[in-house]
Order: sequence, then C-alpha cells, then structure tokens
Amino acid sequence: MVHYDAGGGALAGSTRQLAKRQMHELSIAMRVIEMVEQEVAAAGGGSVASVSLRIGVLAGVSEGALQFAFEQAREDTVMQAATLRITHLPVQVYCPSCQAVRELPRVPPLACPVCGRSTGDLRQGTELELDCIELTETIL
Amino acid sequence: MSPAETALTQSAEPAAEAAAQPRILQVRTRILKKNDEVAREMRAGFETAGVRVVNVVSSPGSGKTSLLTESLRRLRDRGLAVAAIVGDLETDNDARRLAASGAPVRQIMTHGLCHLEADMVQRELAAWEAEGLAVSSLQLLFVENVGNLVCPTSWDLGESLRVVLMSVTEGEDKPLKYPGLFNTADLVVITKSDLAEACRFDREAALSAIEQVRPGVPVLETSAVTAVGINDWLDAVCPSP
Repeated sequence: MVHYDAGGGALAGSTRQLAKRQMHELSIAMRVIEMVEQEVAAAGGGSVASVSLRIGVLAGVSEGALQFAFEQAREDTVMQAATLRITHLPVQVYCPSCQAVRELPRVPPLACPVCGRSTGDLRQGTELELDCIELTETIL
Repeated sequence: MSPAETALTQSAEPAAEAAAQPRILQVRTRILKKNDEVAREMRAGFETAGVRVVNVVSSPGSGKTSLLTESLRRLRDRGLAVAAIVGDLETDNDARRLAASGAPVRQIMTHGLCHLEADMVQRELAAWEAEGLAVSSLQLLFVENVGNLVCPTSWDLGESLRVVLMSVTEGEDKPLKYPGLFNTADLVVITKSDLAEACRFDREAALSAIEQVRPGVPVLETSAVTAVGINDWLDAVCPSP
C-alpha cells in the first residue's frame, strides 16, 4: 500500500524554486521574517534597521546561505532594508570532572579542553534564536 | 575626558538624534518554536496512544530504506502493527521498496526541501487517518527522513527515538564531519557491515569518531543483507512489552 503527495505545502511557487538551492536555511529565513513581521506589528509598526540572530555552531546553519535566503525572502516586507546580524555561539559543555562549564575552542571533540574528559553535556551551541529587532522610527 | 565632560557629551546627543532614534525589540525566541510546538503536541499524542516513533536520519545511500524494509517485515512477523513514512525530494521509489514488506507506507515528496518538518508529518498522518489507517493503533512508526546529514538537525518530528545511520562504505570520520547531526542521535547504527572487510572499515576509528561528537551514545552494527545485528536493532527500537 503506497500513498504519496506533495509535502512541501508551506513553500509555494517561486519560493519552492529557491528551496531547491537554499536548503533548510530558506525555511529558517522564512520563519525569521514571519516572526519579525509579527513582532513589529505588535509593537505598532515601523521599519526594521536590523535583525539579530543567535546561532550555535552545532545548529547546522550556513551563514552565507542564510544571508542569501534572507535577502531573497524579505522582498516586500518591513525588512526590505534590514541588515541580518548573526552571532555565532561556541559550544559550551559541562565537565563533570572539573565541575565547570567549559567553552570549546573547536568541535569535535566534545571533551573538556582543560582535563580532556569526554562529555556530551551541552550547555550552549545548538541555539537557533531570533534575538532582537532594531527599528528605525521617527519620534514625533 | 573627565566623567563630567562625558556626561555633558552624552546629554547633548539625544537632542541631536531625536528625529531618527533606533528602538530595540528584545525577542529572544527560538526560530523553530512553531515546529517545536507541533512536535511536542504530536509526541504527547503518540505517547498517549502508545505509538513509538523512530526518526531515521543519514546521508543518502547509507541504507535507511534497506534496513527499514527488513525491519518492517520482521516486526510484522513478530505481530506488531508497524508503518513507515518516507521523505524524498522526488520519486516514490523508497515507498515502493518499503511497501514490499507488506506494511502500510506513505511517501512525502518534498520537491526540493532537504528535510522533514513536524507539520509535514502531521499533515500526512491526518491524511492517512482520513483514508482509513488508524494511526493510534500502530505500535511503531518509522519516519525515514530525507537523506541529508545537515538539514534535519534542528527539526524535531515528535519522535521517541532519533537514529543516525552511517554505513561502513562512507568513511569512519563521517561523525567528525557532521558533528551537529550526530550530536542529536539517541542511537547510532553502522550499516552494511557485510561490506566492512571489503572496504577495510576501521571499526575503532568509527567508534572513536562517534564518541567524540556524542559521548556515551549506544552504537549498533547491522547488515540488512546478512541480517547480522538486525535482532539487536529491532530490540532497541521495539516498544517495551
């Protein structure tokens, strides 16, 4: 018994064409744009100067692809002229031997950089967050 | 500059910039919040109904479909109600392969999207229900993700178990190259073990690579051809009696 149908219903028309090249960064850019539009509307409107994201290095997101997807997907939105700022968050793990949170200069390995103990107790590095929105508005 | 001078300079600035002053909206929200919410709702539904959901992720060609076809066949022989949903960019070839097991199978064609999202799975399950499959009566549902070792990382599908596969043919250092995805694994399965000797697979190097990106994760080794390790794998994914 086989059933099938198109699963990409949320992505329509030209955006679906983009998805073929942009991979998951386009899904992320579209979510960001949706969230920013909601936040700006809730704040009474305005144009957006910048959008800041926090992305962990283990989140599997390419900055270049995300920038490109954002520029393509923001057409005709309040983000038309906005800059996308991305803060990359390094991996932090808790080391049970040192009983301390350690920042890793590189990954892999997921191991304490001080004592070498292998640890998968992640405290930072998988984030995919919309941090803040900078509005430019005229004060009356 | 003395503190008094600094204070003077600062107090002079707002008047000059009053015309166009930036305003910051602090949001600090997960970008995939909606997906996480759908996934959480699905997980709660699966738990209530007693459906175990296994999200299977790997690079293309690692043997997801072969392993799952064999698994569905054997689990049906054990008398379990099993089914599978499979995501691919195009074609329903994998659904046809999986359906050879006799289990109900549904293909999601993503038309370019490189991963499955929770609402895609939710829609498919709703459509399947409408066509007469009682999803809540299933004991095990495999979700074979789109073959990709990057994109599925952050999308929770409401699964009970996330399994990442790597085959002996694709290099022992795969986990080191894709630490983000391997780091989300609840279980790692090394597939195609029947080919290990032919491609001089270095088991110790592979286990070390896995340990470096997901310390402590259980690792199994299987062959869908010779059935080596298949029973251990089925015991790991089967609902506990």
